[in-house]
Amino acid sequence: MIGIYLIISFIISGVLFFNRSTKLNNILLIVFLLLQCVFTFYEYTHLNVFELQFFKPDALGILLLMTLTIVGAAAIFHSHLYIKDHQENPRSKGIYFSAMVMLITAMGAAYLSNHIAVTWIFVEITTLSASALIYHHRNERSLEGTWKYVFICAISVTLIFIGILFLSMAMRQAGSTDLTFDNLLVKASVLNVFWLRLAFLFIFTGFTAKLGLVPMYTAGIDAKDKAPAPAGALFATVLMNMGFVGIFRIYVVISHTTIFAWTNSVIMIAAFLTVFVATVYMVKVKNIKRMLAYSGIEHMGLVMLGLAAGGIGYYAAILHIILHAFAKSSLFFQFSQVYKIYQSKSIYDVGDYFKYNLTGAMVILIGFICATAMPPSGLFVSEFMIFSALFKAHQIVVLVLVMLLLTMIIWAFGKNIFKLLFTPVEDFDDRHVPKINPLHSLSQFGLIGLSIYLGLNPPVQFVNLIQEAIKNLPH
Amino acid sequence: MINVLLIVLLISLLYLSIANRLLTYIKILAFQGVILFGVALIELSEINTVNLVLILLETIIVKAILVPVFIKYIIKRNNITREMEPFIPNFVSLIIVTIIIVITILLSNSITDTHLEKISFIVALSTLFTGLFIIGTRKKVITHVMGYLVIENGVFILSLAVGNEMPLLVNLGIMLDIFASVLILGIFVNKIGDVLKDVDVDQLRNLKD
Repeated sequence: MIGIYLIISFIISGVLFFNRSTKLNNILLIVFLLLQCVFTFYEYTHLNVFELQFFKPDALGILLLMTLTIVGAAAIFHSHLYIKDHQENPRSKGIYFSAMVMLITAMGAAYLSNHIAVTWIFVEITTLSASALIYHHRNERSLEGTWKYVFICAISVTLIFIGILFLSMAMRQAGSTDLTFDNLLVKASVLNVFWLRLAFLFIFTGFTAKLGLVPMYTAGIDAKDKAPAPAGALFATVLMNMGFVGIFRIYVVISHTTIFAWTNSVIMIAAFLTVFVATVYMVKVKNIKRMLAYSGIEHMGLVMLGLAAGGIGYYAAILHIILHAFAKSSLFFQFSQVYKIYQSKSIYDVGDYFKYNLTGAMVILIGFICATAMPPSGLFVSEFMIFSALFKAHQIVVLVLVMLLLTMIIWAFGKNIFKLLFTPVEDFDDRHVPKINPLHSLSQFGLIGLSIYLGLNPPVQFVNLIQEAIKNLPH
Repeated sequence: MINVLLIVLLISLLYLSIANRLLTYIKILAFQGVILFGVALIELSEINTVNLVLILLETIIVKAILVPVFIKYIIKRNNITREMEPFIPNFVSLIIVTIIIVITILLSNSITDTHLEKISFIVALSTLFTGLFIIGTRKKVITHVMGYLVIENGVFILSLAVGNEMPLLVNLGIMLDIFASVLILGIFVNKIGDVLKDVDVDQLRNLKD
């Protein structure tokens, strides 16, 4: 099935690229979404069955694939509105949707891949398609964003490749040349520890560009800022999850070796620095979209803290990335409505949003509550578990510091969001404010609702999948 | 023989650190491509012929001819001035690259893996870090691209170390090479030159907080 999926998706992407007719464009997108749904369902019913030798839909892959399908469908819907509003010419529209289909396909394949080199190939493809999306507006700023993103991602992809080379050297001692994650897991105890250490450092650093951790998070911020908001939503959620998959799978292998404690401290340091950097920028930033991007960085820092803490933290980390994907993407989708009204991203130019777009303002308000993990947000549950995992791991100092930083983040985030929602803005000419159809916000409410529901009352299958995903980690 | 080639590559890094003109950089890149051709030819003795030919063609055609010609074309087209414009003096660059080499030698001496071919490991790592160093300390965006290409060369040597057992990885490395060169240089030749004349990093400072 994955072979068929990849072939059809790439064909659709190719046709979209050259197609100039609006009707065909819409039909192709609907076909792609149907295919994506069928594919997700098929893989869910074929859990842990190898396909094409390199792909295995394991529990983590399935969970993230479902997230991708839901967020991706919403992203295509909002892209459709976005393109319609901007009255793009058929050519740039074709490139946009072609790149988006390619991006979604590559991410789906990267989730399911069981071979580190195959994951790596799809990571490269996401860089390529993401750069086309970032460069959508073809002006100087978006060029700068694209250039930085491409360059940093090229370096990080190279670093991952070096990591894979070191991994193969670690495998050489075990007398095997098979780099599938399953095989690595079996051979974990006989891997050469020195090479494995180097391999982890390089692979981890490389994937941080996608995941958005210190040290390579910078490119992602510019990308989320300069890309159209629906594409930014994908970068800020499911693309980050792809980075998580890469790190998580190698982490599972390392958890069976003697360097596990060392790995945890490396992750802990990177994660803490990430939360710190996110705090510094959240307090300072004046661009709403970049603020949302930094909030995503903060959440990824928390996820990795949960992973490093262990125990219930593993469960919480996976729950957190899924819920975060739903909550954050809805905020990004809503941002394009905000931009439509104020024609600005700066916090100084916006205000009194309730007056101009009631439904949109509701999305922002509830989305804010979700993104800062206040009850009844589902993220509250996962964040609470991460904190208790840190407590149980005796990382009290880290816990206290992170909580202080989070308080500052909530303050900064809230200050800006409430300015946007309630404070009337001076000399804003509201005679030409466009009316926004409340129905366009429906999918955003759906996403937020999902993030609340899955956190507070997770279905049994969902819990089982998460448990299955972390079963290879030590308890 | 292979050690001689690798050490020549190492020396070319030192030359790279003091080179003053873009053209010299391009020549060194082409030269490194030729050396990598030789290294691959000798090293990959157990690999099947078709694959070997592919790898050799990649080194000699892409690394040694196409990419340098292409960069030259970009420089001409965008009227980029020929000086390097480093942030630090050449003498300091030379010292830092030497330190990088010494550190990698010390590092590899501390490894007790019998499979390890030390010289190629040292050369690979030094090339890698020199590339990163060049990216960090040169002003022009086109030199960043060249620094990246130097990194790629280092990765190529590293991948040769496991090439006989896992030819797949060498092929992936080549894929990375071509992919990244096309993507990065492609953006460069099409766009940056048109929008930003005589690009240096000072012009890439609009996106910030």
